[in-house]
Amino acid sequence: MKDNPIKHSLRYSLLGGLIALFSLDVSADIQPYNMTEGVTQISKEVFDLHMLIFYICCVIGIIVFGAMIVSLIRDRKSKGVPPADFHESVLLEFVWTAIPFAILIGIAIPAAKVLIDMEDVSDSEMTVKVTGYQWLWHYDYIDHDVDFYSVLKTSRNEIYNRSEKNENYLLEVDNELVLPTNRKVRILITSNDVIHAWWVPDLAVKKDAIPGYINQAWTEIDEPGIYRGQCAELCGRDHGFMPIVVRALPPEEFDAWVLQQSNKTVAGSQGSSISLQQSNKTVADSQGSNASLQQENKNIEQNALIN
Amino acid sequence: MSTTTADEHHDDHHPSGIMRWITTTNHKDIGTLYLWFSFIMFFIGGFMALIIRTELFEPGMQFVDPQFFNSMTTMHAIVMIFGVVMPAFTGLANWLIPLMIGATDMALPRMNNWSFWILPFAFAMMLSTLFMDGGGPAGGWTLYPPLVLQTGDAFPFVIFAIHFMGMSSIMGAINVVATILNMRAPGMTLMKMPLFVWTWLITAYLLIAVMPVLAGGVTMLLTDKFFETSFFNAAGGGDPVLFQHIFWFFGHPEVYILILPSFGVISSIIPTFARKPLFGYSSMVYATASIAFLSFIVWAHHMFTVGMPLAGELFFMLATMLIAVPTGVKVFNWVCTMWRGAMTFETPMLFAIAFIILFTIGGFSGLMLAITPADFQYHDTYFVVAHFHYVLVPGSIFAIIAAVYYWLPKWTGHMYSEFWGKTHFWLSTIFVNITFFPMHFVGLAGMPRRIPDYALQFSDYNQIATIGAFGFGFAQIIFLGLVIATIRGGVKATDRVWEGAEGLEWTLSSPPPYHSFTTPPNVKGEWNWFTHQHYETVKTRS
Ligand code: HEM
Ligand SMILES: [Cu+2]
Ligand SMILES: [Cu+2]
Repeated sequence: MKDNPIKHSLRYSLLGGLIALFSLDVSADIQPYNMTEGVTQISKEVFDLHMLIFYICCVIGIIVFGAMIVSLIRDRKSKGVPPADFHESVLLEFVWTAIPFAILIGIAIPAAKVLIDMEDVSDSEMTVKVTGYQWLWHYDYIDHDVDFYSVLKTSRNEIYNRSEKNENYLLEVDNELVLPTNRKVRILITSNDVIHAWWVPDLAVKKDAIPGYINQAWTEIDEPGIYRGQCAELCGRDHGFMPIVVRALPPEEFDAWVLQQSNKTVAGSQGSSISLQQSNKTVADSQGSNASLQQENKNIEQNALIN
Repeated sequence: MSTTTADEHHDDHHPSGIMRWITTTNHKDIGTLYLWFSFIMFFIGGFMALIIRTELFEPGMQFVDPQFFNSMTTMHAIVMIFGVVMPAFTGLANWLIPLMIGATDMALPRMNNWSFWILPFAFAMMLSTLFMDGGGPAGGWTLYPPLVLQTGDAFPFVIFAIHFMGMSSIMGAINVVATILNMRAPGMTLMKMPLFVWTWLITAYLLIAVMPVLAGGVTMLLTDKFFETSFFNAAGGGDPVLFQHIFWFFGHPEVYILILPSFGVISSIIPTFARKPLFGYSSMVYATASIAFLSFIVWAHHMFTVGMPLAGELFFMLATMLIAVPTGVKVFNWVCTMWRGAMTFETPMLFAIAFIILFTIGGFSGLMLAITPADFQYHDTYFVVAHFHYVLVPGSIFAIIAAVYYWLPKWTGHMYSEFWGKTHFWLSTIFVNITFFPMHFVGLAGMPRRIPDYALQFSDYNQIATIGAFGFGFAQIIFLGLVIATIRGGVKATDRVWEGAEGLEWTLSSPPPYHSFTTPPNVKGEWNWFTHQHYETVKTRS
């Protein structure tokens, strides 16, 4: 694959253009084009902010571009009107500095409110620790005895176009992160190697997973369902191939699931070979670096102070 | 300062052939070198973009390896920023600043030569890393550790290349400052300078302030990798986020380095073709200065997701929103310049108008990104890709193209073909939107940036974007042909070139003499091309 990318792309580029024209014709169903409203209180508030600022931009755009279009049509030399000569107006400059300023303050206030809510992790009912690895996720249910790795499930055959792609192509994992609905879940996010970012659009949670740091976020899911996300920070070769899948269950079902899982762990039947390798590596790493542990503690303290 | 000969039209002391270009200290030659360098890099960077877009045409991996894909996105960005936009602006500065302020040449001609000739070596070194063990740099142009430390043999070469690029820009900037502050014609007070000169003066200060910060940051990366320091290594007591602060303290002023000179270009072109003085000259100067100031205190808006303290997030959100105010003032002033003018639509004007509209769209998405809670959803998605391409392609690049059309007759003495210019304009404008507008949608729908493969629901918009990218790329070949044809010949240009053009550069012949103003023009007294002088022209015409 790698040895001759340039030649490849040249050969296919023209071909690609032609195919594009045809396939566009066929694909009648244009896919989603806006931010998701999501399934949490916060995600809905974020969506509303997004729409608010979007509409404000539209209104400003209509005014500014409208004036411009009027001028472009009317003020042409070919119409034979000599150009005016005005070139300054302190009043105008003042007006178009002050009005945008006021509008911005108007947006900043609701935005700040949502932000303050988003950062308030207090009163959470359970905690999951998420650790990013090149290129998979590890989930640790801190208050229960459950932890596992979560790896992309899509087959190489699908990725390399040797078989039909299924509908959740690249957005499916072997072990989903199972969370309860209607409970405030605190999510601690860190990394074991490079920086990743844990992002699930429907929860409006995106936080970087940074080695030596433990970041916090929280979510409280309103509806049971499956919510898919992806790593959102370039983390190397397979950055595009480490998705996140959250399965939200009603609280009772969740409790049953946790119970079943912790029994499994005790029996020691959990863990594919890759996970085992990975966890050995983690143990070795953390033994070797007291400093990073200290750092982690320090960060937890810091975060605690902030909130 | 080279001493000027009495005879302006031939230069006996000048070597010819290739040595002319290697040893030249002439601001026009060096300006030309910069512009051609930038043009060549534009095609190289564009070619990389097309590799990216080709792979993204359909879901699935078709053409390249993911690692190579990452090095394409990384190299594409570095080439476009440091190899295209910045050298093109320096080229314009070299050509135009002495002409606009009534000087013979740049203040520091030897350094000028040096600052250009570093660049080809820097980029040759950087591009050569593609053939090294482990491939080119693939950690993104933002160079975040720890990932960037996983780069193979390419790593030190990339760092040194960045050092060279930085040195080149700093020298260029020092030269601009020295020229503007020392070489203005008698009577040319600061508040009489054309806005292109003003915006470049401010840009030069930004460059001098932040390029050393980048240099410091990448040097720390280097010592972390090879000399066992732990600036950014958590296990050694360092902090990976520190790098991001350093990088964006450089990076955000950098994005204004990439746009402020365009503001100057647009402020020259709109009055010419509206035949009306620039509206709000002094507020334009103040707006540029406030943008430059604010650009130093907003850097962490690129880092909302790293987990900053709440107070930090609030501060950076507010400061970022503030930047929209002076930016808005600029746009309002341009529209007001057009208002009640007598416009014609030659190619430079068309590009300038497209600039205003499309740059403003990029400004709108910037404003959206400033809203921290919403940024959590936008960050590192194609929405951000759409944002910065709107401000950079139909922003910076369109302004550079507009500048070339506007001043090419002055530089070459020939008019370009309006037919091909307009064809180039319409194709570029249509395709740039086909390429980048759909990226807003896939970004909002949840497609992360910097991925070589994507989920099925993103297919349609990606296909559209890829088609647009190829169209845009091919349209630029027209531009190349047009520039070469204009240099070779064409209708003779008058000194003034454009009916409504104002400013000292238009008082010289087209092309101007090798040494621009051997005797400084006198612009003392009432003479002011933003008001009085312009008014005179209009009166005599009607
Ligand atoms: C109204 C003015 C602007 C505002 C409010 C603004 C705001 C922002 C914000 C908040 C981001 C970070 C988005 C994220 O990663 O989550 C961003 C990214 C970016 N902006 Fe702007 N911006 C503005 C104008 C510009 C201009 C004029 C340029 C350059 C010509 C520019 C170039 C960029 C680039 C290159 C990035 C992405 C950097 C990266 O992550 O690689 N922006 N902008
Ligand atoms: Cu990643
Ligand atoms: Cu920025």
